[in-house]
Amino acid sequence: MKISKDEVKYVAGLARISFDEDEIDKLQSELSAVLEYADALNKVDTEGVAPTEHILPIKNVFRKDEAKESLPLEEVFKNAPDTEAGGFKVPKVIE
Amino acid sequence: MDYDIVIGMEIHAELATKSKIFCSCSTEFGAEENTHACPVCLGLPGVLPVINEKVVEYAARAGLALNCEIANFSKMDRKNYFYPDLPKAYQTSQFDLPICTGGTVEIDVDGETKPIGITRIHIEEDAGKLLHESADGTLVDTNRCGVPLIEIVTEPDITSAEEAKIFAEKIRNTLEYTGVSDCKMEEGSIRFDVNLSVKPKGSDTLGTRTEMKNLNSFRALERAIQYEARRQITELKKGHPIIQETRKWDDTKGVSSSLRSKEEAHDYRYFPEPDLVPIVLTDEQIQKFRDELPELPEQKRARYIKEYNLPEYDAGVLTSSKDTARFFEETVALIDKPKAVSNWLMVEIPPHLKEAEITINELPFEPKDLAELIAMIEDGTISGKIAKKVLTEMFKGEKAPKAIVEEKGWAQMSDASELEGIIEKIVEENPKSVADIASGNEKAYGFLTGQVMKATKGQANPKLANEIIRKKVKEKIG
Ligand SMILES: [Zn+2]
Repeated sequence: MKISKDEVKYVAGLARISFDEDEIDKLQSELSAVLEYADALNKVDTEGVAPTEHILPIKNVFRKDEAKESLPLEEVFKNAPDTEAGGFKVPKVIE
Repeated sequence: MDYDIVIGMEIHAELATKSKIFCSCSTEFGAEENTHACPVCLGLPGVLPVINEKVVEYAARAGLALNCEIANFSKMDRKNYFYPDLPKAYQTSQFDLPICTGGTVEIDVDGETKPIGITRIHIEEDAGKLLHESADGTLVDTNRCGVPLIEIVTEPDITSAEEAKIFAEKIRNTLEYTGVSDCKMEEGSIRFDVNLSVKPKGSDTLGTRTEMKNLNSFRALERAIQYEARRQITELKKGHPIIQETRKWDDTKGVSSSLRSKEEAHDYRYFPEPDLVPIVLTDEQIQKFRDELPELPEQKRARYIKEYNLPEYDAGVLTSSKDTARFFEETVALIDKPKAVSNWLMVEIPPHLKEAEITINELPFEPKDLAELIAMIEDGTISGKIAKKVLTEMFKGEKAPKAIVEEKGWAQMSDASELEGIIEKIVEENPKSVADIASGNEKAYGFLTGQVMKATKGQANPKLANEIIRKKVKEKIG
């Protein structure tokens, strides 16, 4: 399956990544190759095979509902580029 | 041309767990910003979320209370989008295999029962909060990130603002009764999204819909729907098409406005959450949840009518809140006067609650105090009028009604010998009234009764006073 340049740009937009035209050309062929590889799966007869909902053969891993200590504020903000008045500071969001 | 309104709703309710959905941070409301955060809910790399068992249990209970099918197998998925209130850049939610599907809720509209279909209920996590108090940026509080939610999605079965409000109240009530959410509107723990379209009356073709998100009061819900339906009908009558968009409701101005300029086409690219394993509930577990469901509002209402002989209206009002119903039941257990208890709870107490800005849970007195007050009216210690004054005092603080009546000297004078002395004197002092009665003017009794009440500062037991007045006047006339 080959994907178009517009599709590459669309996916890049969703991921908030910008590319120049050369990179888009390169990604178009690389992503197409990945998708063509995955196309092989379409050739397998899956008649009567239950869909895989999860790759691990495990179910029901639960936690008890107990509140415990959270992180100290200085740890919470350790990777934050900017903070103000106890909040993570980000560029102004207009709702 | 007349138009039909078609509404579907999405209701988000925060679940009443102690800890978050995938980590042990507290869900307590109102903490200092970012003090309920950890690597899991901050979305730091390399962490492993583990689902809170209560979230699964509460979601299943909510589904059962809303007559849904509970899935034996469900799973979590990632819903991908960027927004500053979502540190992980995806919301963990459920996509194709939600925990509950296909329910119905019956609502009463103008005395008729109408079913509203529930499409699905799924489990998801809440996002953080954006604070717009910085001059040159936006501040993010992550305390709410990962607070567990259920999202209830309805069929487009709602046809008016009134129906939407009744439905929303019923959902709130049911979730509150079931104990899965505290449904505090003022804390945003239940929020309503509305999808609305209009179509020519009787037409089968649905119109283009708009969406309004995060309406956080019943009043806002009702007004936003009225406004939006009117707006769409006006547009159509002018020949303008309806644009599919998200609109923002401004409750202060009472208008909605388009958000389309900032909105992008959403492509959430859902995929199964690899870090969380499927949730499998056996039929036995589901049956156990069903058996453990508490009495729901409509069952309670029917019981109140049957067991306490209450009018339908009273039963409806008393059961409209879990806490009012509890107070009623605890009071009636102490004094077998359901209608009297109902009157106090429906008529006399609410204005005081409103004035003090408290809920029935925060009353400064208990069911046993209300029972004591009613008992004093029943046994003639105080009149209904005085009882209202006692209630005002009860709202002021710690004292029990009996102590208040004693301290204020408000007990009715029911001591016949004491009253006889007072009345004898009044009859002596008012020979004209006695003469009037002798000549057949019964109205003069009213004057004498008034004098007795005046002399006793309104505390004479009226029934007893009347009897004695008649006796004394008869003696006088001979
Ligand atoms: Zn956490």
